[in-house]
Amino acid sequence: MRGAEALIKALEYEGVKVIFGYPGGALLPFYDALYDSDLIHILTRHEQGAAHAADGYARASGKVGVCVGTSGPGATNLVTGVATAYADSSPIIAITGQVPTRLIGNDAFQEIDALGIFMPIVKHNFQIRSSKDIPTTVRAAFEIAKTGRPGPVHIDLPKDVQEEEFDIEENPIPAKIDLPGYKPTIKGHPKQIKMAVNAIMTAERPVIIAGGGVNIANATEELLKLAELCSIPVCTTLMGKGSFPEEHPLSLGMVGMHGTKPANYAVSECDLLIAIGCRFSDRITGDVSSFAPYAKIIHIDIDPAEIGKNVDVDIPIVGDAKVVMRDIISHLLKMYRESGRELSSEGRREWLEYLESLKRSNIPKMDYDDVPIKPQRIVKELMDVIEELKLKDRSIITTDVGQNQMWMAHYFKVHLPRTFLSSGGLGTMGFGLPSAIGAKIAKPDSKVICVTGDGGLMMNIQELGTIADYGIPVVVCVFDNRTLGMVYQWQNLFYGRRQCNVNFGESPDFVKVAKGYGIEAQRVTDPNDIKDVLKEALLSDEPYLIDFAIDPAEGLPMVPPGGKLKNIIDPVRERPRERIPCFQEIKRKLLGDSKDRSIPQESLQDLNSPVEKEMY
Amino acid sequence: MGRHPKKEELSTHIISALVLNNPGVLQRIAGLFSRRGYNISSITVGTTEIPNMARMTIVVKGDDKILEQVVKQLNKLIEVIKVSDLDVNKCVKRELCLIKIHTPDESSKSQVIQYTNVFRGKIVDLSQESLTVEITGRSDKINAFIDLVRTFGIKEVARTGLTALMRGPKVLKSKKS
Ligand SMILES: Cc1ncc(C[n+]2csc(CCOP(=O)(O)OP(=O)(O)O)c2C)c(N)n1
Repeated sequence: MRGAEALIKALEYEGVKVIFGYPGGALLPFYDALYDSDLIHILTRHEQGAAHAADGYARASGKVGVCVGTSGPGATNLVTGVATAYADSSPIIAITGQVPTRLIGNDAFQEIDALGIFMPIVKHNFQIRSSKDIPTTVRAAFEIAKTGRPGPVHIDLPKDVQEEEFDIEENPIPAKIDLPGYKPTIKGHPKQIKMAVNAIMTAERPVIIAGGGVNIANATEELLKLAELCSIPVCTTLMGKGSFPEEHPLSLGMVGMHGTKPANYAVSECDLLIAIGCRFSDRITGDVSSFAPYAKIIHIDIDPAEIGKNVDVDIPIVGDAKVVMRDIISHLLKMYRESGRELSSEGRREWLEYLESLKRSNIPKMDYDDVPIKPQRIVKELMDVIEELKLKDRSIITTDVGQNQMWMAHYFKVHLPRTFLSSGGLGTMGFGLPSAIGAKIAKPDSKVICVTGDGGLMMNIQELGTIADYGIPVVVCVFDNRTLGMVYQWQNLFYGRRQCNVNFGESPDFVKVAKGYGIEAQRVTDPNDIKDVLKEALLSDEPYLIDFAIDPAEGLPMVPPGGKLKNIIDPVRERPRERIPCFQEIKRKLLGDSKDRSIPQESLQDLNSPVEKEMY
Repeated sequence: MGRHPKKEELSTHIISALVLNNPGVLQRIAGLFSRRGYNISSITVGTTEIPNMARMTIVVKGDDKILEQVVKQLNKLIEVIKVSDLDVNKCVKRELCLIKIHTPDESSKSQVIQYTNVFRGKIVDLSQESLTVEITGRSDKINAFIDLVRTFGIKEVARTGLTALMRGPKVLKSKKS
């Protein structure tokens, strides 16, 4: 057996069935070994697509996703995807080919310091220098990726190591792996748990912020139990969407920059904030000094480095969200039993009524009939169609980044974990389509719907080729406003409407592009057609693209960056005015054609002034 | 009420870390500091009583709150076994310094030898026009010696940077509580 086969054996031992990748010189031995293996390999059209697909696979399934790229450019193309997984604590293994060990350090063809490049964007990385280290390294990589706070692990594998003879008898795959420097804390400290329980018992205006950690820890049942047991309203971060059913009476929706009014008000007025598996990013807190000003804060997180990083907390609990919540719940139940106390006090009832009234008076309008289509209407129709087709328990949404993402995050109600996949931490445009591929491979029986902007789609549009060739039935919904909507909104709001390089022209015709790939596609311009086309797409068992022509002026309510959470402002709804210069104009500027150094209008008038006339 | 972790005074910290002696581990650790805008004043690495493990002593100056974050991040590294922000007043600190001093004549030579004795240093090399002195001790002692011999003309200085251990029987506490 050779090293490459040992790698495949090691992957299979971890339960890997699918890998996403792209071959190259430094990976030839590996791809040769794949020839005889049962591993499914999905050939994406770009290594970034492979990394996002592995990430989507991991997010949808909770299992480790695997992606592969060759040395040099293959490795650098993986970088964005790996960094995206790192920012959202998604467990993937990225394997890169490397030049043979004897050439390392010689600036050989397609050599790059992959170890150094990946180091700051992975939980850990390895370079395997001898084939006998393959089994232990792969075991360690998976162990590190999926336990504790999950994250990407990178393995750099020189070509000669892939070719080296390997004896599985001498180097068996170890069942257990000892990592002396790696011992995640799972159980919360009993003293801290007691303090948290006391705080929960005495709070009058408690609120929970559920972050991505709740989804990752598969702790949604515990969260529901905790919230219902003590009548604590719940808001989520973007990454926490799905950790709490958003149709539940205690749900307040998403909190933060694009959060709902009830959620942002609840956090601003609560006297107890229970943050679970969230890291208080600036998109959640806004101005830190006025964040949750009246609250005692309980912070539950498996990563001790997250505690006290962005926000000072009163009761830190390091541990796994599921385990810690279980402990809290059993304590609470015991205390209730012993004291025979009512679950929610009078004060709490008032709080719930207040939030309820906020919710009632802030039901967002979504049933617009406008042409061009308002994005809210699409979100509404999408929810309705999913309901009508009974797909609620088996549909997965992936989003791209920008307004499309935030419209979905703000308006689309998610009720199951791992069904709303979005690049939160890194905000990577181009995530939507390839992650949908990964999600569909992870959950072949689910309907996977990718909601994307036109900009984000074009960042990895080549992956239409992947879904076409494999016939992966992903439904791509383009919120097509021909602008880089989110940037455009910020320029309109914060830069005096000086729209600069946020406008796309007519190119391309997405329907034609999709059809060019052999994918069924339709353009929708009339809001009354949305439902039927969505239905057709969702009922089809083929890839499908819908190009929704939406109103480019539509925006999102938001808290200005660094602002107070209660200060939600409306977008400036303005049509794009930006003109795209044509190449001839650019050429004239480049070549400094004097004829085109047109004299500004003001100085033309000056020419007519008596003094100027005399001078000429 | 301020929610932001307070910015604190800049102060000197001695971080001691027991790490797996793998290739790249130095880069991994140094990277954590630079990413947070921390300048490492000195870093020493050497093998230890445990096979395959090295001890790193890192001296940095900076904001306490950020340093706490760096220590936590260090703790997260798989190759870091134990790490501690040593109490500057409760540890033994040593540094080694080699100084090549310009001594073209007998009188300067004998003077430097005298000074070296006072500082319990050693003459480790000798040539017609220079002496090389080895001084070990706390950094301030080394600084004082360098100042003292500056008038002769210093040709070259090499300092190891600080290395340190906690006083008493205690050893580094494990990264897992
Ligand atoms: C790779 C990458 N480049 C740039 C950005 C900055 N950015 C954030 S949102 C956005 C606009 C996205 O436009 P589009 O994909 O059309 O979506 P829309 O906001 O219009 O829904 C940009 C450029 C980013 N997040 N990711």
